[in-house]
Amino acid sequence: MRQYILKRVLLMIPTLLGVAVLVFFLLRVLPGDIVELKYAGTGTYAPKQAIERERAQLGLDKPLWQQFLSWIWGIVRFDFGQSMWTGRPITHEIAIRLELSVELALMATLVAVLISIPLGTLAALRQDSWVDYFVRVFSIAGLAIPSFWLGILMILVFIIYFRWLPPLTFTSFWVNPKANLMQLVWPALAVGYRYSAVATRMTRSAVLEVLREDYIRTARAKGLWEKVILVRHALKNALLPVITVIGLEFAFLVGGLVVTEQVFNLNGIGKLFVEAISQRDYTMVQSLVLLTSFVFIFVNFVVDLINAWLDPRIRYQ
Amino acid sequence: MEISDRASPKIIIAAILGLMMLICSPATQAAEKETPRSGGELVFAVGGTPPSLDGHRETTFAMLHPVAPHYSTLLRFDPQGYPKIVGDVAESWTASKDGRTYTFKIRRGIKFHDGSELTAKDVKATYDKIIFPPEGVASARQGSYAVVESIETPDIYTVVFHLKQPSASFVANLASPWNFVYKAEILAKDPRWYEKNVMGSGPFIFVEHVSGSHWIGKKNPDYYMKGRPYLDGYRAIFIRDTAPRVAAVRSGQALIEFRGFNPAAQEDIVKTLGNKAVVQESPWVCNLTVSMNTEKKPFSDPRVRRALTLAIDRWGASKALSKISLMKYVGGVFRPGSEFATPEAELTKLAGFGKNIEAARKEAKRLLKEAGVSEGFSFTLKNRNVKEPYEVTGVYLIDQWRQVGLNVNHVQQEEGPYFNDLRQGNYDAGIDFACDFMDEPDLQLQKFLSADKSPLNYGRYKDSVLDDLYDKQSRATNSKERLKLLRQFEKRVLDEQAYQFHVLWWQRIVPHWAKVKGWKVTPSHYVNQDLRDVWLAE
Repeated sequence: MRQYILKRVLLMIPTLLGVAVLVFFLLRVLPGDIVELKYAGTGTYAPKQAIERERAQLGLDKPLWQQFLSWIWGIVRFDFGQSMWTGRPITHEIAIRLELSVELALMATLVAVLISIPLGTLAALRQDSWVDYFVRVFSIAGLAIPSFWLGILMILVFIIYFRWLPPLTFTSFWVNPKANLMQLVWPALAVGYRYSAVATRMTRSAVLEVLREDYIRTARAKGLWEKVILVRHALKNALLPVITVIGLEFAFLVGGLVVTEQVFNLNGIGKLFVEAISQRDYTMVQSLVLLTSFVFIFVNFVVDLINAWLDPRIRYQ
Repeated sequence: MEISDRASPKIIIAAILGLMMLICSPATQAAEKETPRSGGELVFAVGGTPPSLDGHRETTFAMLHPVAPHYSTLLRFDPQGYPKIVGDVAESWTASKDGRTYTFKIRRGIKFHDGSELTAKDVKATYDKIIFPPEGVASARQGSYAVVESIETPDIYTVVFHLKQPSASFVANLASPWNFVYKAEILAKDPRWYEKNVMGSGPFIFVEHVSGSHWIGKKNPDYYMKGRPYLDGYRAIFIRDTAPRVAAVRSGQALIEFRGFNPAAQEDIVKTLGNKAVVQESPWVCNLTVSMNTEKKPFSDPRVRRALTLAIDRWGASKALSKISLMKYVGGVFRPGSEFATPEAELTKLAGFGKNIEAARKEAKRLLKEAGVSEGFSFTLKNRNVKEPYEVTGVYLIDQWRQVGLNVNHVQQEEGPYFNDLRQGNYDAGIDFACDFMDEPDLQLQKFLSADKSPLNYGRYKDSVLDDLYDKQSRATNSKERLKLLRQFEKRVLDEQAYQFHVLWWQRIVPHWAKVKGWKVTPSHYVNQDLRDVWLAE
């Protein structure tokens, strides 16, 4: 197992390097650069001299290979450089947003798990009953309704009926838990609902499949309690694909809540991503792609380990 | 006058009644209500995030709105009387007879937030950085001061600017809201220090900036203007998207967004807030133009370009588009209502600005036929993928051109490829825009200069007549003579050559909570943002 973990950790390096090469050169292929957008985007008359100065200040006047090597060399030393847009260290820009994004992803995951596991299991146990139909309609609606749209509805209801809006600026949970939850609970519900819909359907079908297995029939024949059969034998096995889905969704949520973050004006990684791309903030986009790639790889790795722990049949070499 | 004994009681009663009426009159009550009140924190929304914090380098209002309250400038626009120019750190100024030397006397006792005194040395260091930036330092408006030869400080309270030639816009350019006065000592140590730090002499002291989230400033108790600012502090919240920004104002989490909203958002805010809202409106020094690639056929033919401008019903557009977008005012190269604007009677004589659209379209068809452009000719209109006001305007233009038999393909692009295509000449026609901090021909005419002189000229033409007229008007010290040159310039750009032409000028609509007082809308969202006169009524 230890060898497997080491191998997976080492494999992360070439994967991330590949991502780095790809994102660096793909960004350079995109038309328009940060200086052009800065000046032309605001309609400012800037003489060529000023534009060249700005490019030089950002290091964009150097050959591509030099820019790439200096960026990679920085990453090797855990120095991600500075944002071309704000001039501040990228680690600082990401750090102030990461707490919000991770917390929101965790809260949404919690909402999704709390909804999906009981509902999915119940629907499987009461297959083709009104309970099952209700859960299916509920989960299909969750898939059909985009979370940002649900967010917009929430905001409209808050404003029209309560003249109230969740706080617009982030307060850390450790500083003021009430203010923190007041801001994040609504987007967590909006995102968690959609997320739960995916997981509910997965739980339902996995539990249904497991309930038809021979070992469940054997357990029943032995006269085991239905509760024990469900929790110890059925659910534990059925959770394997559910955990995989939840893991991937979690990884996506850390950097992918672009529209929801915009709707609730959350200062998270998703919004930073979109702004950095639209501003052609190369160094920021590169670092964010690396970060989200790392999160995906890492979460996948953790999911694999959890699966091995849950199912003794799985043994990694 | 002699007052008789009989008359006097009547007069006294009348006087008492008059006095009572005066006291109870709405005007007096309003005046009483309008007495500024100190205290409170103003929370406002900003539709973007600041890049660096250096005003000399940046070009976006998203930097100016949160950062400007920390700084003073040499001159400024009168917050209650735009475009009048008044001194900020300059107490007074004089110009030499030949218009080549300007002497500014610096107000005594102005202190930076670190307690040190602001002197002429700081003003010189500031303008040296803007006009003659040291190696490795970017200056966005360096070109606006190309006329400056040197700056000197004969004593610590006097700054003298020596110009290469007289300049009509020089003083107005010194009122630029971007030209924060920095401390010379800091600039000497690190000319890029102000990109990441704040230390000025303005009405508010920097407290906190959380990137992408908010900005906080608190009252400067040592501000040179006694009794100001009124506010204890302010908090700017960065909200990039329109819907949450509108929601923030509607819910009262932000009391104002200084740049402004479109008519639909205004309606939403007013409907929610009722009499707690007020709306300030102004024409805006911003416009949309159509730029044509004069290197491509048939747009290289002035007849075709004239036909395209003739086909647009601007007066109809003004009525229709102003209800749903920021587009409103019909104008030439200068903002309607500004001192440089062409009067309507004269404007309507320019191609495309007349009120008889049927006659204009008939003429457009004739010109197209004469130029050999067949009925149903297709071309592409490149536009930004921004709904307001770009998409709305693009759709309107396509309909207008369809009415003279042209078939236009609307291509909306993300900003990067859009500007890249315009700059590279990879387009037929494109919607372009301009937004300036003041009404000033030197600024508004720059984009119409020959392509080798102006990076903003996407039309790719070279016209020495225009360049010559620009130089002449810029040097003109006589306002009548300058206006005459401006009219010639306008006629050549919009009518004779129709290289680029304006669609409409924008309207600035700022709906806000009525309790926000002391702030007056101006034609530019860049000026009047230091918040020193702003106060809260509750």
